[in-house]
Amino acid sequence: MEGSVQDTGTSGAKSAAEFAADVKSRIREIGPGEVHEGLPEGTVVVDVREDGEWATGNVPGAVHIPRSYLEMRIENVAPDRSTPVVLYCAAGLRSLYAAKTLIEDLGYQDVASMTGGITLWKDAGLPVEVKKTLTTEQADRYSRHLLLNEVGLEGQQKLLDAKVLLLGAGGLGSPTALYLAAAGVGTLGIIDGDTVDRSNLQRQIIHTEDRLGELKVDSAEVAINALNPDVKVVKYPYRIGSENIMDILPEYDIVVDGLDNFPTRYLLNDASVRLKIPVVSASILGFEGQLSVFSPYEGPCYRCLFPVPPPPELAPSCGANGVLGVLPGTMGLLQATEVVKLILEKGDPLIGRLLLYDALATSFTELKIGRDPECPICSRDPDSITQDEMGVFPDYDAFCSGGH
Amino acid sequence: MASVRIPPVLRPSVGGEREVEASGSNIGEVLQSLVTSFPATKDQIFGADGALNRYVNVYLNDEDVRVLDGLETSVGDGDHVVILPAMAGGS
Ligand SMILES: [Zn+2]
Repeated sequence: MEGSVQDTGTSGAKSAAEFAADVKSRIREIGPGEVHEGLPEGTVVVDVREDGEWATGNVPGAVHIPRSYLEMRIENVAPDRSTPVVLYCAAGLRSLYAAKTLIEDLGYQDVASMTGGITLWKDAGLPVEVKKTLTTEQADRYSRHLLLNEVGLEGQQKLLDAKVLLLGAGGLGSPTALYLAAAGVGTLGIIDGDTVDRSNLQRQIIHTEDRLGELKVDSAEVAINALNPDVKVVKYPYRIGSENIMDILPEYDIVVDGLDNFPTRYLLNDASVRLKIPVVSASILGFEGQLSVFSPYEGPCYRCLFPVPPPPELAPSCGANGVLGVLPGTMGLLQATEVVKLILEKGDPLIGRLLLYDALATSFTELKIGRDPECPICSRDPDSITQDEMGVFPDYDAFCSGGH
Repeated sequence: MASVRIPPVLRPSVGGEREVEASGSNIGEVLQSLVTSFPATKDQIFGADGALNRYVNVYLNDEDVRVLDGLETSVGDGDHVVILPAMAGGS
């Protein structure tokens, strides 16, 4: 019989079904109920399914080692061969083979396989833990973050869970929003009642020529979604004011202040102290920028730094002013950096410090700012700050009316 | 002589300079010498009572003079004085 394959003597070979039955007869199996409540102290429960299956939910407290990595990684979770180990998979067969490997090849002494796998576990109505994991696309998108010890999977998850409110989608808000979106900040609220004007495009890079006349919040949403579909954009197409601030702020973890007028900056300060929400604040004029992080009761507030606003003739926000187009980019990205640090709880945030940037001189100056023990707002108990007094200045009526 | 950093809003009052030199042994004297050289800055820095306007912060190097000795704070040669009013531009 030329070219044919001879029977090479497979009389000892088994069918897959025979093999399964044989292994089943030799491996101890325990039911989901016993795994749920009857395991001895120190038992390690290992989920041997693939990544995609693990992502759909697991036995609470289980560790995940895909079957194909079991021999290489089991010692990480059970270094001692006498450690009791329970394995499970989707329906109970892969874990049976995995148990055979641990016992016969690696010498583990106390290994069991869970009958029926996670399917039977779920059918029994037992609790399932859904660990937040990154999708394949997210792992790819955020891979440069995942390589950083200060971010990693845990930090990226914090970013994805974070809710950041941007006051304004203008000069400062544009770059801040884009980079926070790129970084994977999961929810970005944007408050802005303006529409896109051609004179904005010299610096407000989130908007485009073909979106002239659209609401800035709509234009920003288009740009953010095009950059990163993970980000949920919440739009507030109006100006923030005393009538809405206490409804909006509590939804957020951090506020980014790119406001263009003093009354609203003081209003924001008072509300954020009351609600104990940190504000990453920047302002720009000409070639210069100021930046600080106001973390209520941890550092000074805006009123500690500037107890009263300047009179209108010294408050150039009242009317159109020149600003170098690149400057809000620089300051906005310093804001975005502080926001990310606050979310990750890494590094030293700019609390109790004011950073001045002079673009013409290319100089950074840092000034110390302290809490004012007589601050009319943050020297008090937050609950005593009433809505009526927020943003208000007794003996002061010289604000310009909301120019920008 | 100390160097005094002039904020953007005061620059028209000092001929557009970002930094000027001013003499004096304390903050009050340094600011007075600035006002003498550039009278247009007077009302922006000092109130009618001769005290610093509340909306203007003054720093000696990186410290707020209000937590030092205010206008009496000693100033040495080569010290940097920063005049800082609040800014609100964002758009
Ligand atoms: Zn305060």
